[in-house]
Formats: sequence, structure tokens, C-alpha cells
Amino acid sequence: MSAILPPSERVWWNQPIDKLEFIWIAIAFIWSLTMFGMMIWWHIYGNQNLANETYKTTKEMFAAKAQAVVDQYTVRTETDKQVPVVKPPAGSDIYLIGRLWDWWPIYELEKGKTYKLHLSAMDYMHGFSLQPQNINIQVHPNYDHVVKITPTQAGTYSIVCNEYCGIGHHTMVGRVYVK
Amino acid sequence: MATTYRICPRSGLQFDTAAEKLMRFHAVAGVLALLVGGIMALGVILTRWPAIKLLPADTFYMVLTAHGIDMLIFWIIFFEMAVLIFASSTLLRCRLAMPKLAWVASILMVIGAIMTNVAIFQGESSVMFTSYVPMQAKPHFYLGLILFAVGALLICFIFLGTLVVAKAEKTYEGSIPLVTFGALTACIIAIFTIASGAIILIPTFLWSLGYIREIDSLMYRVVWWGLGHSSQQINVSAHVAIWYAIAAIVFGAKPMSEKVSRTAFFLYILFLQLASAHHLLSDPGLSSEWKIVNTSYFMYFAVLASMIHGMTVPGAIEQAQRLKGYNKGLFEWLRKAPWGNPAFSSMFLSLIGFGFLGGISGVMMGAEQLNMLIHNTIYVPGHFHATVVIGTTLAFMGLTYFLVPVLFKREVLFPGFAKIQPYLFGLAMYVVALVMMGAGTLGVSRRHWDMAFAGAPMAYEWPGAAYLMMGLTGIFSCIAIVGGAGWILQIVLSILFGKKLEEGEIRSTPIPLTLPAPTTGSTVHPPATPGTMVLALIFLTAFILYYFVNWKYLSSLWGLS
Ligand code: HEM
Ligand SMILES: [Cu+2]
Repeated sequence: MSAILPPSERVWWNQPIDKLEFIWIAIAFIWSLTMFGMMIWWHIYGNQNLANETYKTTKEMFAAKAQAVVDQYTVRTETDKQVPVVKPPAGSDIYLIGRLWDWWPIYELEKGKTYKLHLSAMDYMHGFSLQPQNINIQVHPNYDHVVKITPTQAGTYSIVCNEYCGIGHHTMVGRVYVK
Repeated sequence: MATTYRICPRSGLQFDTAAEKLMRFHAVAGVLALLVGGIMALGVILTRWPAIKLLPADTFYMVLTAHGIDMLIFWIIFFEMAVLIFASSTLLRCRLAMPKLAWVASILMVIGAIMTNVAIFQGESSVMFTSYVPMQAKPHFYLGLILFAVGALLICFIFLGTLVVAKAEKTYEGSIPLVTFGALTACIIAIFTIASGAIILIPTFLWSLGYIREIDSLMYRVVWWGLGHSSQQINVSAHVAIWYAIAAIVFGAKPMSEKVSRTAFFLYILFLQLASAHHLLSDPGLSSEWKIVNTSYFMYFAVLASMIHGMTVPGAIEQAQRLKGYNKGLFEWLRKAPWGNPAFSSMFLSLIGFGFLGGISGVMMGAEQLNMLIHNTIYVPGHFHATVVIGTTLAFMGLTYFLVPVLFKREVLFPGFAKIQPYLFGLAMYVVALVMMGAGTLGVSRRHWDMAFAGAPMAYEWPGAAYLMMGLTGIFSCIAIVGGAGWILQIVLSILFGKKLEEGEIRSTPIPLTLPAPTTGSTVHPPATPGTMVLALIFLTAFILYYFVNWKYLSSLWGLS
């Protein structure tokens, strides 16, 4: 009987499965396992895995750490707002603050070197969206997310905010230089 | 008041009069929400279309909040309540349990919907439908959602109660129909979903009143998406059930295998609640192990279920058509399908679009690492306009073409327009979903007023192709809006002014369902379905290619560890 009526066979459980239907289920099952395996495989062999390292923090604590790095390694400032451009040594911990409505400070990184980038927000959530790379990470207040990044191409990059954060959201754009 | 029943002369279906009124009420409430959401869609798209940029930023975010809530929550859930009532009392030919309570629930839902809308249009609750903390809306924004959810929860219980009534009063024999089984799946997931919603929205409401000092933003996202994503599985279950229903109504199609289709629905129940992880793959504080297990619904068993439905629905149609003699070649059954019947064309466009556009993109961006390419870009709305608009909304629209004569007892006006409406709305939406995904692949943000970053000290310049994609999104969205508005107009006018149709016999006792005697022994062997298999293999090929192309793209990014 049709799908809007009760099954005509009382014991529908014993009806044989159509052959093509069965083949499709088998194929779909293998594909499901493949996709599951792919994520694990990438953790072992891939170079782009989002770090899990996260600490609870407070806005004040995080801001103080960022300020310390800025005080030590600022090389110049940019724009009318005097945003510091910070050139930290390779391998060091660097702190990026997301707040209404900017990313602070600007970093100047070396191509091929790895940095420990700490991300946190000062007010609402923000979205770290590195362009034109297209790497997108959610940034929470009170969480310090430590991502090890290794820039592979030189250039000027922008950090667009892609988590809605109020009326000035569209002006929240930061910058990273890779030399 | 005694229960009465109406036998519809056009479909043979039997409606409990009280249930029938409730269904009409929910269908109409849903369409009104769709109307408001649709007007908002126009505001959204005319602002995101870079060449037009109609609204100022604050209005845009308000309108976008209203669009998300009226569409995703109010339109879809109101309609789903009608589907639940239909799949229980109508398909099982029994009385609805507790009709008075059902009215209380329905009124609660309407009050909730109005309250939240009022809060949004007062302007200080532009927090998007996700209402992420610590951004705060006015208390009645949350309260409206809570009331709406309570109403919906009550109707879920009435659905379950009606199943019990049917069983106790023996209005059917054997197992419940597959479509009712699908609705049961939706109902069970809905109960889980609404519970998650209560766990997070009630504290958030108290927080907005000042009784709670702080709500952790990560915890909010974890629990909120237990509501937000799992509720999408209600939609999937509901629209898959409708696919089966339309296939049954239009073709008399019978499921290829009751066992397979029911097991597939059951997999939804087992694994779908894990899916809140889809939205947390690029968040801090959660381990990769947790992300992988949850995002894949434990090894993609729910995706497996959808792939099964994706084959068995067209497979059932192919079998039915071949039994009618459309046996030539691989695709005569499909060519000779009633493409001018809007119920069928909506359903088929919904099926193909949901699978090819919504399904493939969803699984791709649900891979833990690939999500970093996509998170919060306009790819995400691109994906879910393929699922909730092409998948769910279009299926609901198709079903409505059937319901107007059967439930509202009116002839559908403008049959010429009805023929093309599914293509106008559906195909335009295909393009909208695709170009939004295209823009998202280039990085363009969702929920973003100005891609030119006016006033930003360090503006970024998107590539020209991104502007092109957003321009195309604008153009095709307008076409889709014409198709959607046309549907609303047509349905509303038909209900109000369409030719009245014969009501049918009214009785005071239900006629139980009697089935033809089981045909054990001499079962006709159903024909094979090679055409469907070819379609399925084309789908799989597209899926595999697209999936690995994105891994290739990921491998070109900066190193991250
Ligand atoms: C022709 C009709 C429609 C058009 C042109 C349209 C257009 C859009 C666009 C362009 C966005 C993205 C805006 C942005 O992120 O900046 C959007 C968001 C959204 N749409 Fe639609 N849409 C339509 C119908 C629907 C329907 C029928 C549904 C639900 C069933 C829906 C649900 C949503 C939701 C949930 C969002 C997300 C809102 C948010 O990010 O908070 N839309 N729509
Ligand atoms: Cu921001």
C-alpha cells in the first residue's frame, strides 16, 4: 500500500530489500565511513587543523597581555587612530583583541615562521575572518583561544569581522602584514 | 460538543472537524508569517545587493532578525503543526486528542509569535534569530519565543496522544503509515529540541530581566544549537514525510521497502541531536574528538539516512510509473511524470535541490577542518536556503496545492500560474543558493551590512567576482520573491474567493481503515529502478568531487595547528 496507508503486509520487516536499493545503501555507507575517516586522517597528515588549546580568561587579563606585547615590539603606528604595528619575534605568543569595532593591534609576521596567536573578545562575540585566505574562527569573550599559525605567502591581509556585533560591525576590519 | 467527521469526496480522506479547523488555522498562521518574512526578505536582499544598498544599517539588522525568525521559526513550525495534525488524526482516521488544549496551544503560539515580532520591530532586539549572548534583546523577545515553544510542545503531545487514541480505538490495522512514522520522527526530535530551547532561553530571559548576571557565550552556543540545528532535523523529517506523501498521492507510489525507509527515519532520531556541533567547529574550548564524533552524527549515520530517502522516494515513483507502463529506457518514467502538477513539480524540485545543493554543501562544511573555510560566510545562508527554502518551504508549498481543495474545499485559482510557480520560485532559489555559496567561498560575510566597509579605517577590498556573485544573488532573489509572493497571493485568494467545492458527507462516527486482504504468496514483484540508480550515482559523483576539491582548497591555506 502507499505511504499514506498502513503497510499492507503486517510483517513488513521480513520483506526482502530491492537489489539496487541495497547496493545504494552499501555505497552510501562506505562513503559515510570515508568522510568520517577523512577528518581523522587530516589530523594526522594535514597542515590545517584548528587548535583545541583554550583557556578561560578575563577581559582585563587578556588586554594586559596584549598590551605587554604591544609595548615591547611596536615598530610604528598606522591610521589616524594610531593603531600600533607590532613585529614580534618568530615563535612568540601574540595576542589579538576583537572589540567594538576593531581588531587590535596590527601584526607584522615573517613568512614561514610559526606564531602562537591568542584570540579573545572584549565585549560581544566576534568573527575572525582572514582575507583573502578565508580562514574563519569564532572569537568569544572570556576565552583565550591559542592557534598556531604559519603564514605561507607574503602580502597584506585583512581581518574582517564576520560575527554580527552591532551597528558598526561592517567597519570592524583589521590587518596583518606578512613579510 | 460531539466529534464529527467529514469524508472528503476528492481524496477519500476523513477529517475530524475539530482537527480540520486547527489545520486550517495553522496553515493560515504559517502563510502570514511567510508573508511578513517575505517582505523582510525583500529588505534584506535589496540591501545586500551592492548596487542598491537600500536600508540603513540599523534597519537592515532589524529586518534580517525578523526575516530569520518569521521564516525559520514561525512559518515552518506553524505549518509543521498542521502536518502533525494531518499525519495523525487524518491519516489514521481518528479523532484528535484533546482539541480544547490544542486551541490553547495554538493561541499561545500566536501570542508568542506576535510578541517577538513586536519586540523586533520596536527596534531594540536586533540580535538575529540566534540571539547570541552577550548581546541582549528586550525581555519580551525571549518571552515570545518561549510561549511559542510551549504551544508547539503541547501540540507535539497532542500528536502523540492522537496516536494513542487511534491505537486504542482501532481505527487502523497493523503499523502506522510511513508518512505518519516520519511525522512521529519529527515530533520526537521536536520534543528534544524544544527542551534544549527551554534550557537556554529561559535563563536568557531571566538574564535580560536582570535576575542572572552573566551567561557564558560558549555554553549558550552549545545549548542553543541543540535547539537551532536539531530543529532543522524536524524540518528534514517533515519534508521527507511530505515527499513520500506527495509521491503516494500523485502516483499511488508505495515505499520500495517499509523496513529501509523506517529504519532511515529511526536513524534520524538516534543521531540528529548530535548536530549542534555543526555550528561549533570553529569555536574554541571544544576538543577535536568531540567535534568529529558529533559533527558526523557519529560516522555520518544521519547523512546515510538522508541518502537513503533521496533514493527511495524517486525509486518509489519510478516503480509506480513503471507499473503503469512507462517502461521505455532509463527515464521514460520521469519524462512522463506530471510536470504541470504543482504538487509534484514542487516535490521533485525540493528533492533534487535539497540533495544536490543543500545536502552536499552541508556535509562539506560539516567536516571539522573544512568548516574553517566557510564559518560565518554567506556560504552558510546559501546552504540553508537550499535546505529550508528549496527543501522544506517548497515541499510545504507543493503540499498546499493539494490541501486547498481537500482541506479548504476551494478550487485553486489561476491554474496557469500554479503550473509555473514551483519553477519560478524553486529554480530561482537554486541560483540564489549557488551564488551565495559562491560569494561565501570567496569569503564574503553573512549578516553584514556593507561589503565595501564604508567608514572602516582599513577597509578590505573583495575581489570583483564576489561583487558579481552578490549582484546575482540580488537579481535571482527578486525573481524568487516574485515566485513566493505569487504563491501566497494565489493561495490566499483561492481560499477566500476560489470556487467552493462540495463538502462531502459529515458523520458522527469514523469509518475505520480497512485494507485489502494481504496478498501473501502471490506478490507481484516490483520493477527494478535503474533510472533512480543512475540519478543516485550522478549525485554521488558530484558529492565526491566537490568534497575533495574543498580539501584541496584547504591545503593551500596557512599552516594551522
Ligand atoms: C525569496 C525568498 C528569500 C530570499 C530572497 C532570502 C534571502 C536571504 C538572504 C540574502 C539572507 C542572508 C542575509 C545575510 O546574512 O546578510 C537570508 C537569511 C536568512 N534566511 Fe532567507 N530568503 C528567502 C526566503 C527564506 C525562507 C523561506 C526561509 C526559511 C524557511 C529563510 C530563512 C532565512 C534565515 C534563517 C536567514 C538567516 C538570518 C540570519 O543570519 O540571522 N529565507 N535570506
Ligand atoms: Cu565584530
